[in-house]
Amino acid sequence: MRLMIFTTLMLAIASVLADGPVDIYQFDNDEQQRRYKSLIEEFRCPKCLNTNIAGSDAPIAQDLRRTVHRLVVEEDFADDEVKSYLQARYGDFVLYKPPFNERTWLIWVAPFAILFIGLFVLYRLQRGARMAADAATDTALNEEDRERLQTLLERD
Amino acid sequence: MNRSKFFVPLGVFGLVMILGALGLGLQDRGTLPSALIDEPFPEFAAPELAHPDRIVQSRDIVGKPALVNVWATWCPTCKAEHDQLMKIAEQSDVVLIGLNYKDERDKALRWLADFGDPYDLVLMDLDGAIGVDLGVYGAPETFLLDAQGRIVYKRVGNINEAVWRDDIAPQLRALGVRIQAVET
Repeated sequence: MRLMIFTTLMLAIASVLADGPVDIYQFDNDEQQRRYKSLIEEFRCPKCLNTNIAGSDAPIAQDLRRTVHRLVVEEDFADDEVKSYLQARYGDFVLYKPPFNERTWLIWVAPFAILFIGLFVLYRLQRGARMAADAATDTALNEEDRERLQTLLERD
Repeated sequence: MNRSKFFVPLGVFGLVMILGALGLGLQDRGTLPSALIDEPFPEFAAPELAHPDRIVQSRDIVGKPALVNVWATWCPTCKAEHDQLMKIAEQSDVVLIGLNYKDERDKALRWLADFGDPYDLVLMDLDGAIGVDLGVYGAPETFLLDAQGRIVYKRVGNINEAVWRDDIAPQLRALGVRIQAVET
C-alpha cells in the first residue's frame, strides 16, 4: 500500500516535471490559453539554443513567456503580430520556422537539391543496371556456342 | 570500368571538408546577430538606480554617442568586464549608461560602492521588460548608440581590452568621441 502511494506520488511529480516549467497565468478564455500554449511552442529560447521557450527554465524564456502572455491577453495581439514583435527584437533566430531570405535560402533549398541529386543518382544506377542486363542478354549463348559446350561436356 | 568513378570518393571527401570548414568558420555560434542594428534605441521609461523616484525616458539619453551596458550583480562576466568599464570611463568622454538588469537595488548599489562606478547614469530594469525590447538574452550586453540614439553596434559578452581597442573605440572615434591614446 505504501509502495503504491509512493509510486503514485512519484508519477504525479514526474508528470509535472515532464511538462516543463509551469507558470501561473490567468486567461480570459480558453482560446487565449490555447493560443498562448501554441505560441510558446513556436519560439526558440535565445539563450539555450535548442529548446523552445515553452520547455526552458532559463530566465529569458520566462520573460519571453510573460511577454507572449501579455501580448495575447492584455494587448490582444494576433498570432502574426506576436511573431513579428519577437522577431523585431530577437531576430529570425527566435522563429523555429525561419523566413525565406538571402541568409536562409540555402537551408530551404538544400533538402530539395539533395533530393534531386539522389533521384539523379538513383536514375543513373538503374540505367547502369539495365544496360548491364541488356549486355548480359547479348552475350547469351548462340547455337554454335551451345554445340561447343555440349561437346565439351560430353568429352569425359 | 569507367576510370572517373575512382574520383567519386575524393569528391565526396572534398565536399565534406568544405562543409566542415564552413561550419567551423561560423564563429560564436552562441552569439546571435542583433535585430536592432541601425534601429533607434527602443522607447522606455526606467527608474534611476540612485534615485528610483526619477524616471528616465529614451529621449533623455539621446544627443551624444553612448554606451549602454546591461549588467547585473548575479552575472559573473559582468564582474570580469567591470575593470575595463572603469578604464573606459577614465579614458574617454563617452556617455556610459548602465542598465541594471533583473537585479536587486541594494545589491547593485553595494556593487558600485565596492568596485567603483564607471557609469554616468544607471537605470533599473527590474522585470527584464526593457531587456526584451532590446533583445537581451544574457548579461552582459553592450549597445553603442550614435548621437541620434540609433544602435550602431552590439556586443554580447564581456568587453575586454581587445574588444574595446579593436571594435568599440574606433567606432566611438568615428562618432567624434574623444578617447585618450591607449598605452599598449
